[in-house]
Amino acid sequence: MEQRSHMAILRELLETQLLAVLGTHHQGEPYTSLVGFAASPDLRLLYFTTGRATRKHANLAADARAAMLIDNRSNRSADFTAAAAATAVGTVEEIDEPGRAEFERVFLAKHPQLTDFVAAPSSVAMRLRVATYMVVTHFQHVVELHVAP
Amino acid sequence: MTLCLRLVEVGDADRLRVGGKAVALAALHRAGFRVPPSICLTTAAYEHFVAGAGLRGVIQQELGRKDLADMRWEEIWDAALRIRNRFLRAPMPSAVADELRAVLEPELGPGQLSVRSSAPGEDTGASSFAGLHDSFIGVQGPEAALDAVRRVWASLWSDRALLYRRELGLDVESSAMAVVLQALVVGECSGVAFGAHPTEPGLAVVEAVYGLNQGLVDGSVEPDRWLLARADGRLLEHVPPSSARRQLAAAGELPVEVPMPGGSEAPLDPAAVAEVATAVRRIEDVFGAAQDVEWTLRGRDLVILQARPITTAPNEGDRRAWYLSLSRSLDSLRRLRRRVEEELLPAMDREAAELAGVDPALLDDAALAREIERRRAAHDRWVDVYWQEFIPLAHGMRLFGQFYNDVMRPPDPYEFMELLAASPMLSLRRNRALAALAARVECDAGLAARLAAGEPGDDTFESGLADFLREFGGAAFADRLCFAERAPLVRLLLRFAAAPHAAEVSRSGAEREAALYAAVPPERRGLAEELLDVGRASYRLRDDDNIHLARLEALVLEAAAEGRRRLAERRADAGAFGDPGRVAAALRDPNLVAEPEPAADRQEVEPGFRPRPRQLVGQPAGPGLAIGSARIVSGVDDLFELQPGEVLVCDAVDPNMTFVVPLAAAVVERRGGMLIHGAIIAREYGLPCVTGVAGATSLLVTGDRLTVDGHLGIVTVSDAVERP
Repeated sequence: MEQRSHMAILRELLETQLLAVLGTHHQGEPYTSLVGFAASPDLRLLYFTTGRATRKHANLAADARAAMLIDNRSNRSADFTAAAAATAVGTVEEIDEPGRAEFERVFLAKHPQLTDFVAAPSSVAMRLRVATYMVVTHFQHVVELHVAP
Repeated sequence: MTLCLRLVEVGDADRLRVGGKAVALAALHRAGFRVPPSICLTTAAYEHFVAGAGLRGVIQQELGRKDLADMRWEEIWDAALRIRNRFLRAPMPSAVADELRAVLEPELGPGQLSVRSSAPGEDTGASSFAGLHDSFIGVQGPEAALDAVRRVWASLWSDRALLYRRELGLDVESSAMAVVLQALVVGECSGVAFGAHPTEPGLAVVEAVYGLNQGLVDGSVEPDRWLLARADGRLLEHVPPSSARRQLAAAGELPVEVPMPGGSEAPLDPAAVAEVATAVRRIEDVFGAAQDVEWTLRGRDLVILQARPITTAPNEGDRRAWYLSLSRSLDSLRRLRRRVEEELLPAMDREAAELAGVDPALLDDAALAREIERRRAAHDRWVDVYWQEFIPLAHGMRLFGQFYNDVMRPPDPYEFMELLAASPMLSLRRNRALAALAARVECDAGLAARLAAGEPGDDTFESGLADFLREFGGAAFADRLCFAERAPLVRLLLRFAAAPHAAEVSRSGAEREAALYAAVPPERRGLAEELLDVGRASYRLRDDDNIHLARLEALVLEAAAEGRRRLAERRADAGAFGDPGRVAAALRDPNLVAEPEPAADRQEVEPGFRPRPRQLVGQPAGPGLAIGSARIVSGVDDLFELQPGEVLVCDAVDPNMTFVVPLAAAVVERRGGMLIHGAIIAREYGLPCVTGVAGATSLLVTGDRLTVDGHLGIVTVSDAVERP
């Protein structure tokens, strides 16, 4: 392939970016929030954490479908063509005990400053199980990467 | 003055705002050399201009369509053309215009001007980028000067500069261009001198022509050349130009050459050569390194026009000479066109006719093997000619396009194509012949039924088909003959007859042509006519030459097919001999072992992920919007499978396969460019076309539902078929 592989671009985005925009809804009312995230090594899961009292947690409890936008823009005009973005679409689930250790290993390796936040009883560990990534480069070049079941 | 500086105001520390050329001129002036009256328009003026018109975003958009490293030169030229057109149409800030108007005549006088690029990064001690940016000679009056300044600024993003972007450190955010405006000094003779020969350091070189040195610099006028010993200035050799008649390069924005009366004399006598060489040595003392100096001699006065470091011998892999050779003068294109049209194409046709006189079926095996090789050698030889001489002719379209845009400043930088499209191409004549056959089938239900049943048509149809094959049968695509079998061609005709298909767009370009002639001053009308003539010839011949060349390829394939037929009678693995050379070898040696075909490259796919294209970006090469199923065409069989209303998707459109284009709803091509065959044929039929789509044939598959946006250059997959 002539251009850098979309898989490589996706992996780089997921590894280098600290924050993602999480999209949820409440009875059809759209809502977005910024979250710290980390990807599982196979890129099938995107981990994040949130407080139990947050609006996003309530939204996800009612409807687990969600999207997450990860991009590398730097707020310059060059971003229109130089920035890359990936939208992950899938369903979110709370992480129970069996997956907790892996969540902490991956998430805290990227965000060690959030150790206390993760450990707080009022925080919930969550993961977006990705069905599809849409990778956008060069302003409008879009390739979907469907996660095999 | 804040945006304009006089030479006396320029110091060595000003390089970043006035550029290398201006700094060198100021140093020469301080050292007592005679230089033309000059002023410098600083990079602040460029900043003002691009910021005011939002041009940085435009450049980023153009250069960000895909990775520059993945762009062919043609695509880079297209991007540079679009950027240049935006520069031409952008308003000049009044602060810049007012200041320049105020100082121009008081500082430089009322005469003609030279307007030269002076990029901050160029002509440093370490690097010289001669020829990558534009300069204009013979500019008259403040408005023309402002216009030339725009074009010099735009040349910061010229195709040549973009190809050399890494070496130039070209960056959209920080790169800028200064401009030197000089009173034009019209000497009796001018030239270039090298303090040290670029490849033989013991020698110095002086080159001279009559009149201005513009023709010498752009390579259109051959100079007299003197070689001198660097150590003591001794004259070693005089090399006169190869043509018997020397030429005079006259003033004007494009070189116009006229025969030089009495031009049998060299422009410099030995004393004058020595004077130039001495000055160049003194200039070397000023800069501390050997220089490449442009000079002119007016009466007894030697005037130095510019000096820059010698460009050292190119490193291995340095393709600058090739990059620079990409611009062709009108004169060289005129000569090339005559050669292609009057000598090369007729010679190629003669050779094809001579080869066609031998019937491969009548030869014994050894003679057939020889014939395959003879035909292949002829084809290979003409393929070399194709690359060396036919492809450069495409510059005729580009030269006209640039001229048209300079004069007309159209909102669409490709408007000029409408004037070129009036050229009669062989591929269109072929398509008309095919359409006429289809029309006969369409209006005769009985004929259509017979053909559909695999029976012969009536005599008129059959003789029409024979005429078509006689004239256009020698067509090949992807190493296969296009019309070797009757059945697919008849099926195609039935499809044309049964379904609506695109007709040629009727446009004579007459109105645009008249508007162009009305907009050029009377003295440049002749030039406009010539450029249009060369542009049209280039448009036509670049398509036709492929069809001529395919006739030779078809002869190779026919002979190889005869060989393969014989091999099939005697060995089971005959199918493994695909290449004509291997067929010839197998005819000679019955024991030759068949080699397996190399496996096709497989695209690496990450385990666990299935890629699906959603939206692919290319270049908008033919306006319009169309929706249809993709048909990936990579060989002759795919071509004949194209159904009406499908989107033809291929790696590179070849004029030998464009007979199916009228059936298509749109054309999508992996190869990029606005002036390539796919874009041209799509425009002829008014079809949306997107070129330069990376991964077009690897990411898309036949059956994908596509929306082709030829306005924006986007292909969207609305419904992807299941991938294996």
